[in-house]
Amino acid sequence: TFFISRVMLRRFGRVAAQTRSAVWQTQVDKNSDVFKENDASLRADVAQLRERVAEVSLGGGEKYTKLHKSRGKLLPRERIQRLIDPGSPFLELSQLAAYELYGDENVPCAGILTGIGRVNGTECVIVANDATVKGGSYYPMTVKKHLRAQEIAKENNLPCIYLVDSGGANLPRQADVFPEKDHFGRIFFNQANLSAEGIPQIAVVMGSCTAGGAYVPAMADESIIVKNQGTIFLGGPPLVQAATGEVISAEELGGADLHCAQSGVTDHYALDDEHALDLARNVVKNLNRKKTETSGRILDNKAPIYNPEELYGIVGTNLMRPYDVREVVARMFDNSEFDEFKAKFGDTLFCGFSTLFGNPVGIIGNNGVLFSESALKGTHFIELCCQRNIPLIFLQNITGFMVGREAEAGGIAKNGAKLVTAVACAKVPKITVLIGGSYGAGNYGMCGRAYSPRFLFMWPNSRISVMGGEQAATVLSTVTKNKLARAGQEFTPEMEQAIKEPIIERFEEEGSPYYSTARIWDDGVIDPVDTRNVMGLALSAALNKPIEKTRFGVFRM
Amino acid sequence: FRQSVRNLATKRIDKILIANRGEIACRVIRSAKKLAIKTVAVYSDVDRDSMHVKMADEAFHIGGAASADSYLRKDRILDVCKRTGAQAVHPGYGFLSENAEFADLLAENGVIFIGPSTEAILDMGIKSKSKHIMDEAGVPIIKGYHGDQQDDATLLAESRKIGFPVMLKAIMGGGGKGMRICMNEGEFQSQLDSARREALQGFGDDRMLVEKFVEDPRHVEVQVFGDNYGDAVYLYERDCSVQRRHQKVLEEAPAPGISWDTRRAIGEAAVRAAKAVNYSGAGTVEFIMDKHENFYFMEMNTRLQVEHPVSEMITGQDLVEWQIRVARGEKIPLKQEDIQLNGHSIEARVYAEDPENGFLPGAGKLVYLKNPEDDEHTRVETGVRTGDDVSQYYDPMIAKLVVWGNDRQEALDRLTEKLSDYHVVGLPTNLKFLKRCALSKDFQEINLDTGFIERNEADLIPKTMAPTNEAIVTSALIRSFREPLASTNPFDTLINWRSNMPTVEKFSFNALGETYEANMTSLGSNHFNVQVGGQNYDSRIVKKEHGFTVEINGVRAHVSHFEENNEFHLFTADGPVVLEIPKPKYSKLTEGGASDGDAVAPMTGTITQVMVKAGDTVAAGDILMTMVAMKMEHTIKAPKDGVIKQVIGIEGETVDRKALLVKYEE
Repeated sequence: TFFISRVMLRRFGRVAAQTRSAVWQTQVDKNSDVFKENDASLRADVAQLRERVAEVSLGGGEKYTKLHKSRGKLLPRERIQRLIDPGSPFLELSQLAAYELYGDENVPCAGILTGIGRVNGTECVIVANDATVKGGSYYPMTVKKHLRAQEIAKENNLPCIYLVDSGGANLPRQADVFPEKDHFGRIFFNQANLSAEGIPQIAVVMGSCTAGGAYVPAMADESIIVKNQGTIFLGGPPLVQAATGEVISAEELGGADLHCAQSGVTDHYALDDEHALDLARNVVKNLNRKKTETSGRILDNKAPIYNPEELYGIVGTNLMRPYDVREVVARMFDNSEFDEFKAKFGDTLFCGFSTLFGNPVGIIGNNGVLFSESALKGTHFIELCCQRNIPLIFLQNITGFMVGREAEAGGIAKNGAKLVTAVACAKVPKITVLIGGSYGAGNYGMCGRAYSPRFLFMWPNSRISVMGGEQAATVLSTVTKNKLARAGQEFTPEMEQAIKEPIIERFEEEGSPYYSTARIWDDGVIDPVDTRNVMGLALSAALNKPIEKTRFGVFRM
Repeated sequence: FRQSVRNLATKRIDKILIANRGEIACRVIRSAKKLAIKTVAVYSDVDRDSMHVKMADEAFHIGGAASADSYLRKDRILDVCKRTGAQAVHPGYGFLSENAEFADLLAENGVIFIGPSTEAILDMGIKSKSKHIMDEAGVPIIKGYHGDQQDDATLLAESRKIGFPVMLKAIMGGGGKGMRICMNEGEFQSQLDSARREALQGFGDDRMLVEKFVEDPRHVEVQVFGDNYGDAVYLYERDCSVQRRHQKVLEEAPAPGISWDTRRAIGEAAVRAAKAVNYSGAGTVEFIMDKHENFYFMEMNTRLQVEHPVSEMITGQDLVEWQIRVARGEKIPLKQEDIQLNGHSIEARVYAEDPENGFLPGAGKLVYLKNPEDDEHTRVETGVRTGDDVSQYYDPMIAKLVVWGNDRQEALDRLTEKLSDYHVVGLPTNLKFLKRCALSKDFQEINLDTGFIERNEADLIPKTMAPTNEAIVTSALIRSFREPLASTNPFDTLINWRSNMPTVEKFSFNALGETYEANMTSLGSNHFNVQVGGQNYDSRIVKKEHGFTVEINGVRAHVSHFEENNEFHLFTADGPVVLEIPKPKYSKLTEGGASDGDAVAPMTGTITQVMVKAGDTVAAGDILMTMVAMKMEHTIKAPKDGVIKQVIGIEGETVDRKALLVKYEE
């Protein structure tokens, strides 16, 4: 019958009609000196990254950790581990936020942990204050990290779970955390609007929620509080005493008993951290959410056939040294397979279809400076992906668009603009990884932070700035030289060095991924070997939001 | 040839009723099926869903749980025979297997009793009579003097006649009082005087009897088989010396260490015994044997015995099949000279009983049961499966584990291996005890006599030991192991993955009041560094069809486990380890269940009396209630001082093992 034949067609169609993509044939010579040198240098960078993460993962240090534990409280990482499904991964974001940012003040992880984890099968954004770091108080970067987590929740339709244990805004820095649009108040603005969009807001009060902080549980859809541990009040006992003369303990003023039995600020009464987290899991269970969105057909999920550790030797840390980005792609995507698009046209930009953990993706990667052809090809490819609901992965290693008379005459500006327009308007999930340099307009065309990729990660060897330090120094010294020349003055090599050196130094410092990640210009520095996992988790999270139809702006022709 | 034998037969059997339950019913059904004979099971209230009922072609309910209401109801069993047209009844062992009245009742109603004649049952049922018949038939018996002449000279003369060593026993005696052993004539007088003094004091009567004393006796029995044509053969002997309070523990065939002359002599004596009572069918002639291989008739069991499989294993015969053939009038399938002895076989009886607790029998649900797998050399005779109850109404035997080897050592090695492969959760078992028996020096070196267990008791009763670090590591590995999912989603597949840092997964276990922690750091796919007790264990785990292969610091082992609620049972080659998975602290305050120190039922049973009520103040050790389980009374004592909050157990109620009975105030 018709029905049977359709079912059979569907069943067999999947197997029989599937053609395989080509497996990349590697050209990498693992015995070459360059490979070995690259390998050693990038491994050293990764070792440094892990060291730094190990350092910040200790939170506020031994003394405060002990104190925290002595109160029967779990550490924030332990809380997250308990909250998420046993054995499941956790995509932590911006681990090195505020790293070496506040001078003598050490604020590991910006005093707050954020990330995406699965709770009772539902992918959620988790925000956990670390009370061992400055009492969990909000530094500017703490606010930014919290807001970024909410932004991720909004863009990807992910429920939020706030594990609250914070003394509120950091008073000495109130000017940098309170008044502005994207300051402390925005947290509650977001809670209201996320909730309005149907994105659940769950608060678990595991410590103090004073003043503004009181709004986190109060504005949550559902909240949990831990007995003898969590407190919520607009004014704490000292303020109350000062204001009204009333002498009262924190627990009496805003503890679990008061809020669960009398005020109704909280909904669930927990006996300890473990209990609260188990209750939070139950709350998520009762959200009645089901992730149905995929970007399309889920295909085989095979790890790359080439060892991802070879990325170290291929890429290295010398940004001047070119390599074929296809070698990188072949170590990240399923079975090292991809179908390249327009291989013979605009070959400084690689475009190709592949799959990541079975999900179809379009990959755009740099193989040199962007020419007009490359930009046009990239624009075309982005149009294809948007038409087909295929998420985009950008692998940035870009010095910029081609300059010079010929390039300008060829319309590099309008062609580059087409690429930038396409990148800016594309509504499919975009994930960007900085695998090398990210300079100038190249950053725009390759979906830098300003182009709202759902996630952006950096490799430890990457650099980001408006242009390379050497180039900037040369530009500035040339400007000075020309000025002096017009005045008939001499420009000595000493003078040139005096101009160039500090600029190079400054660009080197500010272009570092640690400088960037400390300021949350990205979502974290990652080990190249982990890129597949990070992108896979990020993509899975991104697919919680149905893909919107893209409408492109005017392409200048 | 067979056709001609069948022609001789006058009776046709194409359907038999098995008037039994448990493993023996299952075992009979299997042989019947082999002969294309239909089977009828009978069952009591509590056996409705049991294995023998499921295996039989037909099954009939015959009454209540108590044997007297069901498996001993001759009338109902006969009624089922009539309703089903079963031409024969196999009685198994126990129940009605040696009941002459039952055999008669069946005969009167034209139903074949698969067993010996009523006369043979009766002859052998009365000890003095059977001894007399055996003596007449030239079967050695324990000689004794039971006369009224009580003067020293007569007693000495009789003792000489019997032959030293002899035992002097007060006629009124009991419990070892007024009993003396005289190893030789020299000590006769002094021992007699002392026995008489004690007897006079104890019973006011110093009359003595004299019996042959068998020093360090072995229990050796012969499997015989007779037919209705006056023929009988033996299928060699079994040694069942390893007994605990007359309950056989390990049985083996042939009796190890005895000469072929003795083997033949004891076999022939047994055949004489069978022939003397015109024995038909399977029977066992029990002897005691001294270290010089002198043997003396004790009694004859006119049934198929529990331990018959070891005889089958060394002769390659199916005794139930023989029973059915002989019952329908065929001759014994083999001539004596054709019955070959091949290799060695040992049987271990797996019981639901607690050796650490005075062998207290257990009853209740077998939450998890995994038998060693049957193979060419291993037979597991059982009547229960996971989820079945070991009923307090019947024998608490779970199974018979029967192994065969080319020689005794091979059989013994197989036995110990298979015992480790026997996994039971829910009830205490004697598995560890059996293994210790099998591994004991005396058993290995054939120092066998009926005093074996008493003599070695201290070494044989297993003591609960603290779990080893390796056991904790293994348990953590298993708890952390996650089946690879069909999913492609990285949230499913990237187990415990973290960015830029290792994940330490913690697992806690409680045992014997201690908490053990394992911290696991992943080193790759199913490869971990596991930290327990401050030591590091480089560990790997791989899933196998049954359980896991783990490698800990380069040592590989096969393990399996069972987990229910918060109990974790690890099964290793060294035996099972029971661990508790701690519940979160808060659960004690939020759940209604027992918290630390509340009184719980030690086993499934019925509450008979409640001594306390809510509000009472009790001291640790006070009796809270009594319950009856496995026909024994148990007292539930207060586990700690405190005030009773709630009494959950009600008189007359049957409660499960670990059920909360009395809750304390916080």
